Amino acid sequence: MYRTMVTARLIDEASFRLNRQGKAPFVVPVSGHEGCQVGTGWPLRPRQDIWVPYYRDVVIVLLAGMTPYEIFLGLFAKADDPSSGGRQMPSHWGSRRLGIISHSSPIATQVPHAAGIAWAARYRGEDAVVGCWFGEGATSEGGWHEGMNFAGIHKLPVVFVCENNRYAISVAQPLQMAIENVADRAPGYGFPGVVVDGNDVLACYAAMRTAVERARAGEGPTLIEAKTYRYFPHTSDDDDRSYRTREEVEAAKHDDSIARFAETLKDRGVMDAAAIDAVWAETKADVDGQIDQAWNAADPEPSSLERHVYFEGDGA
Amino acid sequence: VTEKNVVTAIHDTLHAEMVADDRVVVLGEDIATRGGVFRVTQGFLDEFGEQRVIDTPLAEGGIVGIAVGMALHGLLPVAEIEFADFIHPAYDQMVSEVSRMRYRSNGDFGLPMVVRAPWGGGVHGALYHSQSIEATYGHIPGIKVVVPGTPYDASGMLRAAIKDPDPVLFLEHKRTYRLIKGDVPDEPFEVPIGKADVKREGDDLTAIAYGLALHLCLEAAARLEEEEGISVEVVDVRTISPLDKQTILASVVKTGKALVVYEDNRTYGAGAEIAATIAEEALFDLDAPVARMGGPDVPAMGFATSLEHAFMPNADTVADRMLELARF
Repeated sequence: MYRTMVTARLIDEASFRLNRQGKAPFVVPVSGHEGCQVGTGWPLRPRQDIWVPYYRDVVIVLLAGMTPYEIFLGLFAKADDPSSGGRQMPSHWGSRRLGIISHSSPIATQVPHAAGIAWAARYRGEDAVVGCWFGEGATSEGGWHEGMNFAGIHKLPVVFVCENNRYAISVAQPLQMAIENVADRAPGYGFPGVVVDGNDVLACYAAMRTAVERARAGEGPTLIEAKTYRYFPHTSDDDDRSYRTREEVEAAKHDDSIARFAETLKDRGVMDAAAIDAVWAETKADVDGQIDQAWNAADPEPSSLERHVYFEGDGA
Repeated sequence: VTEKNVVTAIHDTLHAEMVADDRVVVLGEDIATRGGVFRVTQGFLDEFGEQRVIDTPLAEGGIVGIAVGMALHGLLPVAEIEFADFIHPAYDQMVSEVSRMRYRSNGDFGLPMVVRAPWGGGVHGALYHSQSIEATYGHIPGIKVVVPGTPYDASGMLRAAIKDPDPVLFLEHKRTYRLIKGDVPDEPFEVPIGKADVKREGDDLTAIAYGLALHLCLEAAARLEEEEGISVEVVDVRTISPLDKQTILASVVKTGKALVVYEDNRTYGAGAEIAATIAEEALFDLDAPVARMGGPDVPAMGFATSLEHAFMPNADTVADRMLELARF
């Protein structure tokens, strides 16, 4: 868990570095969200359960099985980018092999997809559970309501996770909704809503494990709201100084889930300071090593622009 | 072979495909207990059960979005939008998700799904139960848009749509549902998507149409043959996208004159693309300018009979236009 969080943080730092170097035109940061993502992603089973992420979910796709190399292929829009072959902006995830559902830029359109997948999984007699992640801004969209409503009516095996970082780009939560907790909306759909401290990895894990067990037992969906914060602007093209004070951002960093989890691991005697330092050093070397490999990969052929509009035959 | 009307042909084909393949599921408003407002899915709930015949909440974006999820996970959903006029809330799902799932994933994911929707006027449907939506979606690469006009084509193209690995918007002209009858084979058969069809052969001019307008053209062509000795070839477009340019152009090259008839608002309608194609690729075979008949550029037809008639083409107005073109 800890190593995955560190990997995501280092991918973020490297991505912004590459952005400043002019090698990565666009970066969607994850920093701040690592704790809620690792906690809510961990109870799902790679290649058995289904992952319906949104663009901030670096940890989620790492847990599903995507490698940093593959993430950097996407960052550099390379031909072998598993998500889209360089067609989509970076962080628009997808991999049929890994059960990561391709998503778009419009917000919350993936929520009805999650409900439909859950219907199909149950109809086919599978025990798969669908995890569906989004920000708090997504909960204002009609598609979010439609997906939640359908999932609730039919008690579908899906867990909805709201990574509430208090800002939808610049719009703060009080202008997004009249309520304090997104989770309060869940009873309106006939299933429980749970608020967790998104920077407390084990609390997120416990909430998700309960929700996954509930879904797998046929008892229906759960909405988990993980309260967290994003440390960087919305994307590399955003300037968050126009809507957040530096003091607020710095204060939020004092509650960093990675640092908190490191303390927990030390307190419980799982890892000592040296082991934690080693994780950072090893991961940094590993991540940095994968950047060059991805940078040197081939760009998409211009002629490939017209491919895959329609089915091209098996194996195409 | 059995004579059927269009709605029965669609019902029977959908039924046969649900019997043949348990991956086929149907979902939409009023389709289960009620059997659909046009009775397309009548009896399905009792026979196939509520896991395959799903009354959805009243939310068109959700219907299409849920169908996307089903198609992503091994099912072959056939979603019904109760009236094509109500598909607009699903526009984001159709354009941002349905049309480009395959493209954006570089071929990794596909969406074998059908969205059925009754469209068109002539039934006192007024502004919100009469619209034509084919041009809107014909403009979107990645979605196939079909407009069968006969029981035979509706049956064969619905089967082809269900078996198609790509999403198909299947538009059923509601005025034809019970008006148009024809022979349909009792054994399963397919009519390929992307192929137009010469419904009547002729030499003097080509009329190009689909949906109800096809039948207006056929009626007008028969009348002109009898009354004026004018021979009109009638091409049924059948598929809006991808458009079968070859069949259309071959007919126009043969006759030298083209009249495109469509019910949608004239400006930017599907007929505009057909007319442009003829102008681009058959100009030197033309003996007259390409002629176009489309609906007036007002938001939609009115409820009053007089207003509906003023909007819709009819066999008289089509025959007049054909005669004018024949005499050019």
